Amino acid sequence: MKDGRLSNRTLTYAHAINEALDIALASDPSVYLIGLGTPDPKGVFGSTKGLVEKFGTARVLDMPVSENALTGVVLGSAIDGMRPVLTHQRVDFSLVSFEQIINQAAKWRYMYGGNVGAPLVIRMIIGRGWGQGPQHSQSLQSVFAHIPGLKVVMPSTPADAKGLLLSAIFDDDPVVFLEHRWLYNIEGPVPEGDERVPIGQPRIVRSGNDITIAATSYMTIESLRAAELLADIGIEAEVIDLRTLNPFDHQDVVKSVKRTNHLIVADTSWRNCGIAGELVARVSEDAFSSLEQPPRRVTLPDAPVPTSRALTDGFYPHAIDIARLAGEMLGRSTSSLSAAAESAVPLDVPDNNFRGPF
Amino acid sequence: MTAALTNLYRSMLLIRRVEERIAEEYTQQEMRCPVHFCIGQEAIASGVCAALSPDDKVMSGHRSHGHYLAKGGNLARMIAELYGKATGCCSGKGGSMHLIDLECGFLGAAPIVGSTIPIAVGTAFAAHSRKEARITAVFFGDAAVESGAFYESANFALVHNLPVLFVCEDNLYSVYTPMAPRQPNGRGLSELAAGIGLKTAKADGNDVTIVKKCAVQAADDIRAGGGPWFLEFSTYRWLEHCGPQYDNDIGYRTQAEFEAWRAKCPVSRARSQLLKSAAIEKGALDAMERELSAMIDDAFSQAKAAPFPAPKEALEQIYAA
Repeated sequence: MKDGRLSNRTLTYAHAINEALDIALASDPSVYLIGLGTPDPKGVFGSTKGLVEKFGTARVLDMPVSENALTGVVLGSAIDGMRPVLTHQRVDFSLVSFEQIINQAAKWRYMYGGNVGAPLVIRMIIGRGWGQGPQHSQSLQSVFAHIPGLKVVMPSTPADAKGLLLSAIFDDDPVVFLEHRWLYNIEGPVPEGDERVPIGQPRIVRSGNDITIAATSYMTIESLRAAELLADIGIEAEVIDLRTLNPFDHQDVVKSVKRTNHLIVADTSWRNCGIAGELVARVSEDAFSSLEQPPRRVTLPDAPVPTSRALTDGFYPHAIDIARLAGEMLGRSTSSLSAAAESAVPLDVPDNNFRGPF
Repeated sequence: MTAALTNLYRSMLLIRRVEERIAEEYTQQEMRCPVHFCIGQEAIASGVCAALSPDDKVMSGHRSHGHYLAKGGNLARMIAELYGKATGCCSGKGGSMHLIDLECGFLGAAPIVGSTIPIAVGTAFAAHSRKEARITAVFFGDAAVESGAFYESANFALVHNLPVLFVCEDNLYSVYTPMAPRQPNGRGLSELAAGIGLKTAKADGNDVTIVKKCAVQAADDIRAGGGPWFLEFSTYRWLEHCGPQYDNDIGYRTQAEFEAWRAKCPVSRARSQLLKSAAIEKGALDAMERELSAMIDDAFSQAKAAPFPAPKEALEQIYAA
């Protein structure tokens, strides 16, 4: 891992976030956390657990259900020397605060001619499964990434969650930090201490020469599973975790495509005007002659997210869908994959330990 | 008392003369941004800012020229900003609706109605967190209390007992819309604020001495830990909502209503009081006029002569370098 010290220590994604917050609070008195339920007994799925006991209610705060004004409040504190971390347990809850996020926070530095910046972080969790439905499982990264002035980060591993969150908190601009609920229980090696991962760089998470699969957030996990399936039939996929959508560095993907000549982009969100389309456009502009097949997108269908598991099982794309698409693009049979891809886990939970309710 | 009134008068007169000059020059089509004039409303800006210390902070909305100048904002940089020049307070990126002068504590203005209210509360929250003794005053109009941001901000300021002064300038109209379609008949603005839990006062916003007295009472209480206040001041905008013209002829208000308010001109009232008190001579007031006129001439000359920002600057300052 080039971004931090090698570590054999493993943490869950939730624990890694908790550790980043702990380090930030301990190292800088201007950092504070605020959000609905931030200091409550559940601690935002464990990510803020124990912090109010350690740092007190003046720095780990609950709040009224006033997401718009509280976004303005954290912005006001940020232009006045604080480094707030505002947390929404679902991205969907932030929609009432778009005025403050888009009109104000994103533009504060620019519209005042660089007089003052707004160093704030808005952590938002993307829901999925267990009947989250239309208003608890939207994946709105493309909306945020569309806005100049915002940075948009969506880590897929515990190490990146910690390292990117530390970078976000100490960044001098507003950062939208998107965490996928289905990543919360995954474990991975995490460096000790204040080890930061730079914002703005994708990461090659698996090397291969046959096809490039670029992915966002949880779709990185599905893409890695797809790469394993593909390896069984002799296809070596390169998997790139995009990690940051604004600023959006697509050059690693271009380099990879120049070698593999094939591109799939797997995103957790909808297809129309999404980041997958943006990446396809950029690669087409920069490496059109390297592409042997039209680039393809693996996204949600352009429909609100349904609730019943009978409706969601086919709604979300899975590793097998990515693998089959890769086989099709490379002219290779994937008929042997179905049995291997059979999952022991119901499709509406991330793992067998998940018990809901949200 | 007379010295204090002289200062208040000077502050109001500066705003009045600057606004008049902007209105005059605006027809030249060189200040190419929307401009919201505050002629007729100067007493609220000057009276409230006179109750603040240099360390205190101020924020405002779209009609912010008076608040900026009353807090001590740099005139030359404001005028340059209206001309879109590189020397403007936002280097040409903000215009009339985004004034800022951090040196005097004017933290910013933004034209989304109600939107700077929570941001101002956030600055009070920061000061409170650091145990600093300053307060933040935020100016807004009667329509801003119709926004959810106002209620949410007042509620949060009360929960944390924050040092913030909400200053509502009731000029009767939201653009061309009177109160009737906007707020229930008979429920006052400060009654609404009191219902949320804010301490309130309501007064004639065209009498600068009364405005200052209200603001001093509120600011003293806020500094003593008394929590947030809401001040409601009645006033009247003389010119159109946006732009340098009178618009009493277009049908949403009457010439008679305007004349009644013009008779209560805050600048003339203060001038009469000063002359009646006989503590200041007309000659001194004339000298004040000349001094301000020279200052305004200078600001406009500087602004007109200043360079425009380079086109490449449109892509700069989006993020920290």
